[in-house]
Amino acid sequence: MTSQVGRIAEWPHDPRPLPGRVSPRPGKILKPRKPLKTTMLLLRAIGLMLLLTMANLSPSEAAEADLRATIAKFATAANFSAIEAVVRELAASGDPMVERPLSALADGNLYIRKADTGVFVGKEAGDAVGLLDPLSGEKAADAAKADLTKIKVNNGLRRVIRDALGTLTLRAKDPGVRLAAAATMFKTPDAANIEPLDAAIAAETAPGVKALFKQARAASVLVSDKPDADKLAAISVIAARGDRDAVSLLTSVEASAQGAVKEAASAAIGAINSTLAVWDAGQNIWYGISLGSVLLLAAIGLAITFGVMGVINMAHGEMVMLGAYTTFVVQQVIRTSFPGLFDWSLVIALPLAFLVSALVGLAIERGVIRFLYGRPLETLLATWGVSLILQQAVRSIFGPTNQEVGNPSWMSGSFDVGQLAVTWNRLWILAFALTVFAVLLYVMKRTPWGLQMRAVTANRRMAASMGIRTPWVDALTFALGSGIAGIAGVALSQIDNVSPNLGRGYIIDSFMVVVFGGVGNLWGTLVGAFSLGIVNKVLEPYAGAVLGKIVVLVLIILFIQKRPRGLFALKGRAVEA
Amino acid sequence: MITGRFFVAGADRRIAITIFILLAAAVVVPVLNLAVAPTSAFYIPPYIVALTGKYLCYALLALALDLVWGYCGILSLGHGAFFALGGYAMGMYLMRQIGSRGVYGNPILPDFMVFLNYKELPWFWTGFDHFWFAALMVLAVPGLLAFIFGWFAFRSRVTGVYLSIITQAMTYALLLAFFRNDMGFGGNNGLTDFKDILGFNVQADAMRSALFAASAATLALAVFVTAAIVRSKYGKLLMAVRDAESRTRFLGWRAENVKLFAFTVSAIMAGIAGALYVPQVGIINPGEFEPSNSIEVVIWTAVGGRGTIVGPIIGALLVNAGKSWFTGMLPEVWLFALGGLFVAVTLLLPKGIVGMWDSWRGKAKALRAAAPAADAGVDPEAPELKIVRSAARAPGAWSAAGPEPQPAE
Repeated sequence: MTSQVGRIAEWPHDPRPLPGRVSPRPGKILKPRKPLKTTMLLLRAIGLMLLLTMANLSPSEAAEADLRATIAKFATAANFSAIEAVVRELAASGDPMVERPLSALADGNLYIRKADTGVFVGKEAGDAVGLLDPLSGEKAADAAKADLTKIKVNNGLRRVIRDALGTLTLRAKDPGVRLAAAATMFKTPDAANIEPLDAAIAAETAPGVKALFKQARAASVLVSDKPDADKLAAISVIAARGDRDAVSLLTSVEASAQGAVKEAASAAIGAINSTLAVWDAGQNIWYGISLGSVLLLAAIGLAITFGVMGVINMAHGEMVMLGAYTTFVVQQVIRTSFPGLFDWSLVIALPLAFLVSALVGLAIERGVIRFLYGRPLETLLATWGVSLILQQAVRSIFGPTNQEVGNPSWMSGSFDVGQLAVTWNRLWILAFALTVFAVLLYVMKRTPWGLQMRAVTANRRMAASMGIRTPWVDALTFALGSGIAGIAGVALSQIDNVSPNLGRGYIIDSFMVVVFGGVGNLWGTLVGAFSLGIVNKVLEPYAGAVLGKIVVLVLIILFIQKRPRGLFALKGRAVEA
Repeated sequence: MITGRFFVAGADRRIAITIFILLAAAVVVPVLNLAVAPTSAFYIPPYIVALTGKYLCYALLALALDLVWGYCGILSLGHGAFFALGGYAMGMYLMRQIGSRGVYGNPILPDFMVFLNYKELPWFWTGFDHFWFAALMVLAVPGLLAFIFGWFAFRSRVTGVYLSIITQAMTYALLLAFFRNDMGFGGNNGLTDFKDILGFNVQADAMRSALFAASAATLALAVFVTAAIVRSKYGKLLMAVRDAESRTRFLGWRAENVKLFAFTVSAIMAGIAGALYVPQVGIINPGEFEPSNSIEVVIWTAVGGRGTIVGPIIGALLVNAGKSWFTGMLPEVWLFALGGLFVAVTLLLPKGIVGMWDSWRGKAKALRAAAPAADAGVDPEAPELKIVRSAARAPGAWSAAGPEPQPAE
């Protein structure tokens, strides 16, 4: 919550929110994407520079004085049309500085001080309002609410302001702002945009921005009443863009146009669609890899407890859930006490989640499972009971609803590789899953502890005879597996709903992955997770999400019939025991 | 030997008593509900009849699971699927009986199909307007699924925990499938709003009593059949497979066929339980396929005592009565109680209530027998040894000996 408040406080520095910025998941706090943050910094720097130069340079001083005179007219504007006239005048100045008062006006944050009819950007803090200079954004004074008049806006006025800002931002100093403006214009083509775009194209130097300007212009040409030759040229410009937005734009053109334009549009749509199909296949595989990394995270702890120790832990999903709830608690504490650390919340949550889940795992092992070694079916039932207790405990403490876990800024947003949208959180989770896997592999194969674990698994009596304290190794191995499930919960809290039922959704899938990959083999778990993920996602477009999942389950059931010990089966005498 | 024979004789008497009680309940409860005035102290209100009728269906399901788990060592975590399939077969019959009395008044198509724009009845719904066909499907669908599933699973020697997990995957896959609207089984909402069964109003008190009587009688029959199976030579084979599958195989028996038979019979029993359950609760939806339901059945059986015939019935009745009480009084506590029950039963009562009672009785008898024997100068330890052997007939006892796997396995 605090971060949100903090952001609102910074609002006057912020350019207009980028259009099309959507929260990655409903119910999540909207956090600025990376480019926006840099934009903000840039804008601040620019503002500072302007402030420094203003004192010396008389032309800019003169321009600023003009702007101030215009802004002062807000105080005398009696109705919406008068305010609109002032807005247009400000926009006509073409000065990027007017962006601050205009966006404040659109948000209803522009005030008139009753005493001297001065116009200020207001920042509400309780009953008082902090007044900022409309152009520089410097703190000017404080005033009580009663001493101020808010300049009222309606929706028509907001639209005018938005259009004005759109044109203004075409000439913004920051290329990111210009790109965003062009993208908006591409999505909402208007014949009126052609002229400002022409001017902007002529002035533009950055090639990437220029290309997008041209595409936006082409889109605007298509909805204008320009001759067919222009429209054909515009279609080829848009066809070169080659993405889904281009297709949707061209489809609407195809529906409304006649003759050569219509043909050109449909030819372009066909060409784009065939390239898109290839990208789609790539996208499905990426989704599959992403799902595979999630499965790997969920299953890898199970690969230790079930695969290595042979303990059926039905409470494994609840260990994942505990990890996710630990993240929630950590973020809650950070939000209330240390808002600045929010970006570090996951890093802080990782060891804590490991500890919480490992301790609970240790308690389960010492309290329940150790009495049941050699009786796998009873272990299954007892751990199922434990899972019910854990679920209900979490439900009693935190309530049955989903809890809000935020993405730190470095995990939100996405970037494009060609037509492939890659979200940062999925990429981080993939990297994280592979790291956890590598660390675990190292622990198992290269450390004395791993050696003891494997020795106890291979031959308990012999290991005990060699002086290994098998009960301790059992307990620590189980704690390790549970702890890994806990840190998986930290990662999964970023992409899934954090509710008491979080673990339920993963338990069957995790078992499938471990059994499919081969019990007792970490590499099998890796291969199992990624192949199940990819098969699932590749099937999904053809069979639908649910049917795809059913097909995968049936395939696994059939596969287990064929190879009851999984893909990479352990060989040797220990297997039958 | 002597204690062994006594054990069998005691079990015989116990089964006879159980069957008698069930048959008596099938007669007495409807009479007390229908013929006694509501003001009388002996009157049984209809909701109690419906509730206990439901419990009896659960008991039948638990008994079905006991046949495979208690006597054959196959822990199926998918018995809820067979139960639900039997229920769906009955539900389809009941849906067809609604006729034109549905909300949309379509004489052929059930309401949800009209809603989902079906033009005609899907092929798998044909025949379900006849009771005999539906009754046949109640037996055939779960039986066939179990047969095919078991055929593959037992042949490739998928055993123990692996089998449990794939049975769980099976019911999970069915859960997902039945949630789909285009499966033609009503999707999320399932089948409900039943009117008639065999021409009688399904919600009438008389019908409820009749369904209760049918459930009790069916359960009595199932107890008889299970007892007959278990006590036959084939039953010995079942237990041999449970206790030492490899040894049985080395002796020349086909363990997979033994298991397949038990699994299929058990699935059919579960299907019948589902078919009796649906008209009494008035709805069947995909939630019945939920893997957690199947695991709950396991705990009923475990609480009562697996490897006994009366145990699962007692367990199902006790746990469900507890569930009804808790969810009414302290809904928050129910999952704690259920979870605690899982842990406590596996740790403290591995043989269940009936199993504990048996070993307690056996021990008391042995002590009484040991006293005169000691007087006569016989080693007092000897009867103790015999008891250990007879206790080993109960499942799990072989493995309770120690945490190490037995050499035979």
